[in-house]
Amino acid sequence: MSTSTATATPTRSPGFPWSTVRWLLGKLGGGIFVLWAVATAIFFGIRMIPGDPAEAIMGGPGSQASAEALAAARAQYGLDQPLYVQYFGQLWRLATGDMGTSYALKTPVAEVLGELIPPTLILAVLALLVAWAMALLLAVLSTRSGGLGTALGSGLEIVSAAVPHFWLASVLILVFSTMLGWLPPVSTNTPAGLVLPVITLALPLAGFLGQVMRDTMLEAQRSAFALSARARGESEVGVLLRHSLRHAALPAIALSGWAFGSLLSGAVVVESIFARPGLGRSLLAAVTSRDIPMVTGVALLSAAAYVVIMAGSELAERIADPRIGPS
Amino acid sequence: MSAAEPILRVTDLNVSFGGRSVVQGVSVTVNPGECLALVGESGSGKSVTARSLIGLAGSGSLVRAETLEVAGHDARNLSQRRWRTVRGRQVGFILQDALTSLDPLRTVGKEIDDALRVHSKGSGAERAARVIELLEAVGLDDPVRRAAQRSGELSGGMRQRALIASAIALDPVLIIADEPTTALDATIAASVMELLGGLRQSGSGMLLISHDLAAVATVADSIAVMQGGRIVERGPREQIFEDPQHPYTRALLAAVPAGKPRFTRLSPTAQATAATSSHSQPGEAAAPNGLPGAVVRPLLRARGLAKTFPLGKSADLTAVRNVDFELLPGRTLGVVGESGSGKTTTARMALGLLAPSAGTVEFLGEPWSSVPESARRPRRALLGAIYQDPLSSFDPRLSTGAMLADALSGGATRNPRAHVGEITELLAQVGLDAGLAARNPGTLSGGQRQRLAIARALAPKPRVLICDEPVSALDVSIQAQVLDLLDDLQRQLGLGYLFISHDLAVIRHMSDEVLVMRAGEVVESGATEQLFTAPQHEYTRTLLAAAPTLLGR
Repeated sequence: MSTSTATATPTRSPGFPWSTVRWLLGKLGGGIFVLWAVATAIFFGIRMIPGDPAEAIMGGPGSQASAEALAAARAQYGLDQPLYVQYFGQLWRLATGDMGTSYALKTPVAEVLGELIPPTLILAVLALLVAWAMALLLAVLSTRSGGLGTALGSGLEIVSAAVPHFWLASVLILVFSTMLGWLPPVSTNTPAGLVLPVITLALPLAGFLGQVMRDTMLEAQRSAFALSARARGESEVGVLLRHSLRHAALPAIALSGWAFGSLLSGAVVVESIFARPGLGRSLLAAVTSRDIPMVTGVALLSAAAYVVIMAGSELAERIADPRIGPS
Repeated sequence: MSAAEPILRVTDLNVSFGGRSVVQGVSVTVNPGECLALVGESGSGKSVTARSLIGLAGSGSLVRAETLEVAGHDARNLSQRRWRTVRGRQVGFILQDALTSLDPLRTVGKEIDDALRVHSKGSGAERAARVIELLEAVGLDDPVRRAAQRSGELSGGMRQRALIASAIALDPVLIIADEPTTALDATIAASVMELLGGLRQSGSGMLLISHDLAAVATVADSIAVMQGGRIVERGPREQIFEDPQHPYTRALLAAVPAGKPRFTRLSPTAQATAATSSHSQPGEAAAPNGLPGAVVRPLLRARGLAKTFPLGKSADLTAVRNVDFELLPGRTLGVVGESGSGKTTTARMALGLLAPSAGTVEFLGEPWSSVPESARRPRRALLGAIYQDPLSSFDPRLSTGAMLADALSGGATRNPRAHVGEITELLAQVGLDAGLAARNPGTLSGGQRQRLAIARALAPKPRVLICDEPVSALDVSIQAQVLDLLDDLQRQLGLGYLFISHDLAVIRHMSDEVLVMRAGEVVESGATEQLFTAPQHEYTRTLLAAAPTLLGR
């Protein structure tokens, strides 16, 4: 790079963000590839599990179904066809949005999922928001109050990041439901019913995000640009709001995609403990009863959710950090 | 001078951090329209002094002073709230490194606007107009576009100008500039200094901080020299330059390479001179076989060297084109040019680390760039290199001794005990204490690190040293010692140096011949003194005009 080119550093044109559109299209292509890979892996993976899927259709090995009944089930579900016919047939059905019928519930998988997505989504989104709020609060308070506050905050973060969901859920139920009787131990879709499951999911995540935020925030507070801002007459609050917070948010945003995924898997545990309807609990049930269409549906949905969330968090990063240009 | 009240009056300023005193008894006065330069090397307490003046000495600092009057306020007992009305509005503060001093996530327009907004000057639209005005005032082209850019999108000089714009947004009566030109190329530095000088003309007082006396020579009215937290000498600029009293001031002046002919010593340790000066005729001293009239074969020869980097779909970037040079034993070939002129790319091709797109390099009379690495390897030891940032070229897990053992054995061992004698000898050769062998390079000072890098480069007994900006990150006084060391080694060992720098004074002091590079091309080359006294190319003249010199020398 010569001096003359440096003075004419190309900047992103203020017009239509074509680079972002190109990037989104790339993500879409990548996402489709991921879904295909997941569908393929599940298709072949499930066939490696010992046992006859027809038996599962008839209600599991305990059902003592007759050979005729099993053959009929195989024919009905196309299980007697050559593997490649089954594979491409399955891909075609999935591509056209047909996820099949649940062996156990005998209802279309899409319908079951449609009912289960909203409660889990509400839980995960709320938990992420609460985690962010707690992490920010923790980071700001511990950086503002100096040595002791920082040590205390960081200790609190490590403890909360290390706490397992099932233990935290039990303690919360014991304290707030059994002893104090403030909140219901079983999660219904009322605001009060959401409090404990959301806190259970949010607290460990908040500890983790808070640690990352505080480190970056301290670094920003000590940086030359913060000194410049103070020399301009900026107050400490101003330095925090205009400079440090944004820097601190960057790594936390980058981690949020991953965090959302971990919330979905955490939902498996939390939904079971709080007897809350949702994807997590149904996945557990589907796997134990070898309900192939349900497992396929939930796995594909999770993969799709990951793809969307990762793209979303990357997009948020691009917005928050203008240095990430078209590449 | 007028009888106006001084803008800055400090008597007996003391600053300490947890009982460790870093500034002792400093007294300075700055009148309106006057510029005082505070000069000293890193660690002399000059930056802490500057920050104490705006109440930002840092956490854990204890600031005491008999008088501390800043822009008419008694700064000893200002509340934080009052301080905020003084900072930015009455005192503008310009920090050294504009890349880190501007928030990389925000546009420079926003950063400048902050200064106005904090002191609630005008509506949003008025402030936006003022930002553009300011960017124009500091000499940025296309200010509307610049305001929407971030520091990472601007060149070093533009960044520094934007930072200055944010500091002068409210026409402060006092401007404090901490090393405002240190990281900049000479022509850019000169224009930034000119800008700062212009601000002083408009009546602001200025406190300028630098490690380099030459850098402040054009702007400062008076100079205070700091050493170890104290002011050791002060006086009008001419007096400091013409008749320095304190030995440290003399050392600082002697360290400035500008106007010092080749083989003049820059650092005060003069013992080595006696030993070498007797045969210090340049060129002759270094003739390798000592026979007058013998044909001297070049160590390193480049022919039509070019390098092009593909840039995807857009046009390729030609970093270097058509460079020729010859490096003779015991001689220094200086390569000078601004950042991006292709100096380092040329060095990397000479080192055989980068394949040229066209042209060839010969080393010791045999093909170098055109043969595979396996054919180069036996001769690698004869071609050493030192860089601007030695620390990043050291393996952080290795002690100084282990590093030298590694270099001495050609990578066979890292056990310092296998080469104790040679390591001690090498360290002594570069002026380092033998006790440093056990230390980790990270614990050494900047000057010691560069000496260590030189020791490592000398270990395999090279014929040529490629020196890429070897002193650019060092204070002037340390730079002087390292340049003197390189000089001594060249005379003792007959080394050929390919010496790269953006600093004309350093190049002139070190080189027998010079290549002036610009945008990948050699615009002028020739014997040093001839080139510097009678430059042929317009660009060389521009560079020379921008180079800082000590007055009248």
